[in-house]
Amino acid sequence: MADAFSLPKRPSLAVRVFGPFLLLRESWVGMIGLSLVLFWVLVALFAPVLAPFPPNAPLMALQVPGADYPTAPSTLIDGVPAAEICAAIPGNAAQVDCGTFWLGTDLVGRDVLSRIIFGAQQVLIYAPLATFLAYLVGIPMGLWAGYSRGMADAVFSFISNVILSFPVLVLYVLILVTLPRSAAIIVAAVVFAAAPGIFRIVRGLAMDLRAREYVAAAETRGEPLWYILFMEILPNARGPLIVDAMLRLGYVIITIGTLAFIGLGMPPPDPDWGRMIAEGRTTINFMPHMALFPCLAISSLVLGFNLLADGLREVSLRD
Amino acid sequence: MGRFRADWEGPVLECRDLSISYDTRAAQIPAVQDFNLVLNRNETIGLVGESGCGKSTVAMAIMRYMGKNGAITGGQVLYKGIDLATLTDAQLRALRGNEIAMVYQEPMASLNPAMKLDRQLMEVPIYHDGAGEEEARRRALDMLAKVKLPDPERVMASYPHQISGGQQQRVVIAMALLSQPSLLLLDEPTTALDVTVEAGIVELIAELAKQQETSMIYISHNLGLILETCDRINVMYSGQVVEEGRVADVFDRMRHPYTRGLFGAIPLPSADKTARPLRAIRGQLPLPHARPEGCYFGPRCDHFQAGRCDQGPIAMESVDPDSNQGARCLRWDEIDWARDEEGFTQAPHPTFGEEVLSVEAMKKYYTLSDGSLAAIIAGKQTRQIKANESITFLAREAETVAIVGESGCGKSTLAKVLLGLETATDGQVNFHGQDLGKTQVQRRKREDVKAMQMVFQNPFDTLNPSHTVGAQLGRVIRKFGGINDGDAVRRRVMQLLDIVKLPADFYYRRPRQLSGGQKQRVGIARAFAGNPTMVVADEPVSALDVSVAAAVTGLLMDIQRSYRTTLLFISHDLSLVRYLADRVVVMYLGHIVEQGTTEEIFSPPYHPYTEALLSAVPIADTSIEKKRIILEGSLPSVIDPPKGCAFHTRCHRKTEGLCDRETPPKIAAGPGHEILCHIPLEDLAAIEPVIVQKDKAAAARG
Repeated sequence: MADAFSLPKRPSLAVRVFGPFLLLRESWVGMIGLSLVLFWVLVALFAPVLAPFPPNAPLMALQVPGADYPTAPSTLIDGVPAAEICAAIPGNAAQVDCGTFWLGTDLVGRDVLSRIIFGAQQVLIYAPLATFLAYLVGIPMGLWAGYSRGMADAVFSFISNVILSFPVLVLYVLILVTLPRSAAIIVAAVVFAAAPGIFRIVRGLAMDLRAREYVAAAETRGEPLWYILFMEILPNARGPLIVDAMLRLGYVIITIGTLAFIGLGMPPPDPDWGRMIAEGRTTINFMPHMALFPCLAISSLVLGFNLLADGLREVSLRD
Repeated sequence: MGRFRADWEGPVLECRDLSISYDTRAAQIPAVQDFNLVLNRNETIGLVGESGCGKSTVAMAIMRYMGKNGAITGGQVLYKGIDLATLTDAQLRALRGNEIAMVYQEPMASLNPAMKLDRQLMEVPIYHDGAGEEEARRRALDMLAKVKLPDPERVMASYPHQISGGQQQRVVIAMALLSQPSLLLLDEPTTALDVTVEAGIVELIAELAKQQETSMIYISHNLGLILETCDRINVMYSGQVVEEGRVADVFDRMRHPYTRGLFGAIPLPSADKTARPLRAIRGQLPLPHARPEGCYFGPRCDHFQAGRCDQGPIAMESVDPDSNQGARCLRWDEIDWARDEEGFTQAPHPTFGEEVLSVEAMKKYYTLSDGSLAAIIAGKQTRQIKANESITFLAREAETVAIVGESGCGKSTLAKVLLGLETATDGQVNFHGQDLGKTQVQRRKREDVKAMQMVFQNPFDTLNPSHTVGAQLGRVIRKFGGINDGDAVRRRVMQLLDIVKLPADFYYRRPRQLSGGQKQRVGIARAFAGNPTMVVADEPVSALDVSVAAAVTGLLMDIQRSYRTTLLFISHDLSLVRYLADRVVVMYLGHIVEQGTTEEIFSPPYHPYTEALLSAVPIADTSIEKKRIILEGSLPSVIDPPKGCAFHTRCHRKTEGLCDRETPPKIAAGPGHEILCHIPLEDLAAIEPVIVQKDKAAAARG
């Protein structure tokens, strides 16, 4: 009896998981985005190997004395022998040649390149974490409100509208000024501000999908609420949600950068792109490298996520 | 602006060896091949075929709206003797709308929702003929009267959403006719409409075909509509015309196996579920880039001869030079066409068991809250929508009960209450002797939920696109079957796939890899996974092509027969209902207006609404004569139902002063046969039947 119903071969796990991503090859915009993102992910992963200098080590020899910025030479590295620089690195006196400061150093003599490289770690941990948590909050609320309508919808929609109607930056300042500043609080603040937007998107998708017959079929066999929300509706909303997540990740990176720029970022001294821009801002007229390169880093990463989102959208609309 | 070649006497439209291709990422797809057509003045030609056969592509090519990736790769389209390919874009624009007009399937999509209809209609004469405002308005009003719209002035001042679907389609037809085109293309103009509304539009089109100087091409998948409107017919299959000729000739003496297959698959009055079941055409329509060598229909044909039918392209062969009937078949004069009429496998007549479902005086009212200021002042903030009003009927084991009515009659609400997605406002829904009317599905016992399942209407919506077929069926089995062991579940899924005649390797397929008919089969498997005693089927085949529908219908009936399931079949298609139902419940505006056995419903005495419904159903049989009853007006709103008899606003037999005041009584016309009407039974019984079979010998086949 069992032989009559021999099971067909199941596609291999690799095909099922990575198959859809292969589609992205058909969109060159998406491929550029993916390359940019992958570039920064690899940089963050291999930061200890890639960075020529410790990110937080100030090189005394290259420090600009006091507040005498106007007299400081515009190029700090040129003409300084490598040996001298290396010797100036604390605990590194024995080493003779340890490279060049490709992107220069900052006002306290830290290597900008190394700080950008280690800053990538910072960004690529907290931005995805905050975005993920925001989805974790927004998705269940959105699904529930969009599917059940009624009271749940009224309450959640009201709350999200109140949050959305508040100027975001003021909101951040309020949160971060009143609460002790830490990575956890920053992430929480971003989640608080981003979740309502996610809620609205998911709610809209759920309101559309709840009218599908497969949802009615699940209802007629008495499926519990969680099954209908997470097994019947959510998987079919994943397309737009993935695209939205990529875009939102870009915005969150900008938000975290902005917060650091106005002095509400991660506590120093760990490198943070936003704070690097803020520190370089005062000398941007004659020493643009300190602000410029972190700016480029943020832009390229955000652009990468945006292009990736565009590519995913393009691919998903085909077929 | 003068008419284009007003003195042209030859054919209005001629397609010569027309071939149309579309470029896609994969390959160039030949959508239409070798298409020939001669449309004379004042003639109507029907293009019929299943979806994907290329009939709409032909219309698009005639209008030359093919998009960036479509192109005419061979042949010519001659309009009044002029090759359309030689015209410039400006000349083509002048032809479209002016000389050639088109009516699409979805009227709401053809009208601009943000503009009042007067401007949209007046645009046509103003733009095409340079008419002034006054003249344009006068012509628009005349045309609205001509398409039999009541109160043209009011229609002119409305926005599209303010008039009904049937009225919208009439406006679209009026708009198409305003420039007095010589050629009118109608692409499934009534598919989106209810059957009684459709009947009105079809009558209008047939009348226009007679009086106007307009030639028409009528595209439809419905052979019955073609019979009512057209002079000639072209049957298309996989991008080719496989048979052409006069409608009567092709209907009575078809000479292509595909045409024969189509007629065998539709529920004609001659079909019978026990003695003469429908025959589906086996196999599937080939994909355009994977068509077989030789005859495209070969792999599905019973008369296929290897070595002959699969050698090179097949040309159209003349069957009757006098009437220009032709068939693209090498063996048309060898096949014994009469033999196909016999050899039906007889199915036993079902015996019904005990009562499974008994609905008693069930009512379902929805409360609508009205927050408007006027409602608050009037103190009437809630209004009731009476979706179901005192529904009483029963269904027995192994019985098929059809619930018939147009959209908005409350049949879907009834299904929701039965399945527990809604609860009844009043009355009882007894399922196996237990009242479930007030119990929502989440509160019902697992055995009750399992025992009543549903087959849904839309094949593209019925399966969750994110899960594989196996996972979806497996979930139902785990939920209902009490089986939790992975292998056992899988074995049961395989068994179910086998029951619905799908191969085992569908287990890991996703719904998008399945055709409409296959999805519907999985939907049936899902409904039957828990061995239900009753299945509610909501128009399970209405979205499927003719031959696929026949196969799915047959499958549903086979399964029902072997499991002795009670089938509640919700439909608006009376032909199909007559074919498969044992008993019929006719609903109108939430009321059951008539119920009885299928024979009782389809012969007098009728309720006037049943009578109108029967008359509205197009039947693709030349030997059938029908009484024409066109219902006036549109379905009243359930929010504000008419007083007295719900049907009196559209009834052709109403008595003034009685039907619009008093609720009609229930007349018992026989055991189990009830009619809700004021007209005395003897008068109803005296009504002559709507559908009459003419002498069969006169329309002898072959």
